[in-house]
Amino acid sequence: MNKKEKNLLIRILVAAVFFVPLYLISEGIVVVELPGWTLPVMFLIPYLVVGHDILRKAFRGIRNRQVFDEHFLMTVATIGAIALGEYGEGVAVMLLYQVGELFQSIAVGRSRRNITELMDIRPDYANIESDGALQRVDPDEVEVGSIIVVQPGEKVPLDGIVVEGSSALNTAALTGESKPRDVGVDDEILSGCVNMTGVLKIRTTREFDESTASRILDLVENAASRKSKSENFISRFARYYTPIVCYGALALAVLPPLFCMVTKTGLEHYATIGSLWGDWVLRACTFLVISCPCALVISIPLSFFAGLGGASSQGILIKGSNYLETLSQVKVVAFDKTGTITKGNFAVETVHRSPLAAEKLLELAAHAECHSSHPIAGSIQEAYGGRVDLDRVTDLEEISGHGIVAKVDGKTVAVGNDKLMNYLGVTHEDCFHAGTVIHVAIDGVYSGHIVIVDELKETSRRAIDALHRSGVEKTVMLTGDAETVAKKVAADVGLTDYRAELLPADKVACVEELLQECGSRKRLAFVGDGINDAPVLSRADIGVAMGALGSDAAIEAADVVLMDDDPLKIAKAIRISRKCLRIVKENIIFALGVKLVCLLLAAFGAAGMWLAIAADVGVMILAVLNATRCLFVKNL
Amino acid sequence: MMKKSYKIDVDCANCANLMEEAAKKTQGVRDCTVSFMTLKMKVEFEEGADAAAVMEKVRANCKKVESDCEIYL
Repeated sequence: MNKKEKNLLIRILVAAVFFVPLYLISEGIVVVELPGWTLPVMFLIPYLVVGHDILRKAFRGIRNRQVFDEHFLMTVATIGAIALGEYGEGVAVMLLYQVGELFQSIAVGRSRRNITELMDIRPDYANIESDGALQRVDPDEVEVGSIIVVQPGEKVPLDGIVVEGSSALNTAALTGESKPRDVGVDDEILSGCVNMTGVLKIRTTREFDESTASRILDLVENAASRKSKSENFISRFARYYTPIVCYGALALAVLPPLFCMVTKTGLEHYATIGSLWGDWVLRACTFLVISCPCALVISIPLSFFAGLGGASSQGILIKGSNYLETLSQVKVVAFDKTGTITKGNFAVETVHRSPLAAEKLLELAAHAECHSSHPIAGSIQEAYGGRVDLDRVTDLEEISGHGIVAKVDGKTVAVGNDKLMNYLGVTHEDCFHAGTVIHVAIDGVYSGHIVIVDELKETSRRAIDALHRSGVEKTVMLTGDAETVAKKVAADVGLTDYRAELLPADKVACVEELLQECGSRKRLAFVGDGINDAPVLSRADIGVAMGALGSDAAIEAADVVLMDDDPLKIAKAIRISRKCLRIVKENIIFALGVKLVCLLLAAFGAAGMWLAIAADVGVMILAVLNATRCLFVKNL
Repeated sequence: MMKKSYKIDVDCANCANLMEEAAKKTQGVRDCTVSFMTLKMKVEFEEGADAAAVMEKVRANCKKVESDCEIYL
């Protein structure tokens, strides 16, 4: 509890000590002879002790022309009740209202702390070695390229590369993965991990602001400020709702008694005209107490916040409540293949139909691909194994989606897929192996092909299964790879559809076509590894980048970032969002439902002040407790 | 385009919404979001606005609608 909360608690206790005996006396349960004026005056003591700040805020609101808020509701209702001689009820309402406020403040503070603890990856200091002694400095002051020392039990403060030592890292705060990761010399390590066993010396590669830990924290903090439709609905709702309720209460206080007096009906139920008015004014006050919108106003953002926090504890970063909402409506998921469904570690399997020795062909292909960052180029270079001499390569031209044409040792070498061969007018032979086939033509003559295979991720099949089970209707793979490969992969993991031989630009067109099919109610998510698919990520309703640790472009373009590359997390993210949205809906329906029923009861005089305040505070407490359930998503 | 984030203190979610409204109406502020959950106010300033001066006004306007709030400048 912070100072404000302790203060409020003391006021509540003091007021309660005064209130209880007074209430017993006023109800005649304890009989004490008092002069008639003392009781109301004494009731003012607990009323003012517990409610003075509410009164002050209400009056300040009136002065600033911000009349209609919950303080105003409470003030009017309690003063009304007291003025009508219902001292006990009036004071009780104020007292219980404050109990509710206290509870709400504690609950929100606790979940705020819970979530910040989950995301407690902000490093406090970095160790720099100078003159043989370790010195603690602010990580903000460490320049790129400095050597820092991370001891066992400490957080890695900045991204860098290990230059000395080996250790196991706990990456749970970043990825939600509890298995430690072993690192040694030359391994890249990310800030936010916790060093567990050995001392590491790290050469930093990024400044603090650019480091993974800072970027993730920034992302999570920004997430809460992108509001979802439900949150916007609630704040708009609150803006109109309170004035409407106040006028409704006014109408309830004035119109029925006026009607009775004018038409002279129902007057026989009341002893005097005064008691007729008193009864309806009291009903109006009860109406005001019930109508307080606190439960909705607090529980909806709290649910989203807890959902975002719960997701990030599982290594799923969602960039805003609005995306959490969209994610819950996803019915179609489109995937990139390489790095998403497959591991993306291509390996050359074999070389076919080559008049040259396989080594020679690989050597030429590796040189032609010397500037390419495509994983296929990497695998050819790896298979070649020798050093790539850049001086041997001239006139390099990359044809996007087709391949590369370059001069190697003066010979024109074309390396690429079927389309490249067609484009160059070279007759090529098909391969019966399922794998990515890279044709090579030298000086316009077909010279064989290289077969490259990519392994499926272990969890891909289960991931697609899980998606279908959690209500996704369609899973589509978009790939630039050949038809045969796409077909085999799609069948192996159980995708409902695939599109093969797409150029990067075709993927956007494909996603647009799928979006058309989805219509206005279903949502489409695209999952990629963030390499080369930024335009698709931003075109889909929801872009999910996986294995994004360290890839800036993906974190920028995506709406949901999976910290590791396990495809099972996609279904998990969807399940978390569904749970969260279900809780939001439960709260909206529950809070509005109970209020509506109680409002009707109050209008017909069937509900008194006690029921009113119980409904208000009780609904709020239940809604807040329900909202914190969003945080528990570990076993979802 | 200049964006800044400020730590705030406020007691209730609705009050945070009121602060957001008040800040948005302040001259020199293009857009503003207040998150009650993280207790952060993100302000996007108009081109060429003096952030420090604008924020003084934002704070004054917020205090008007919610006396108990605070913006740590």
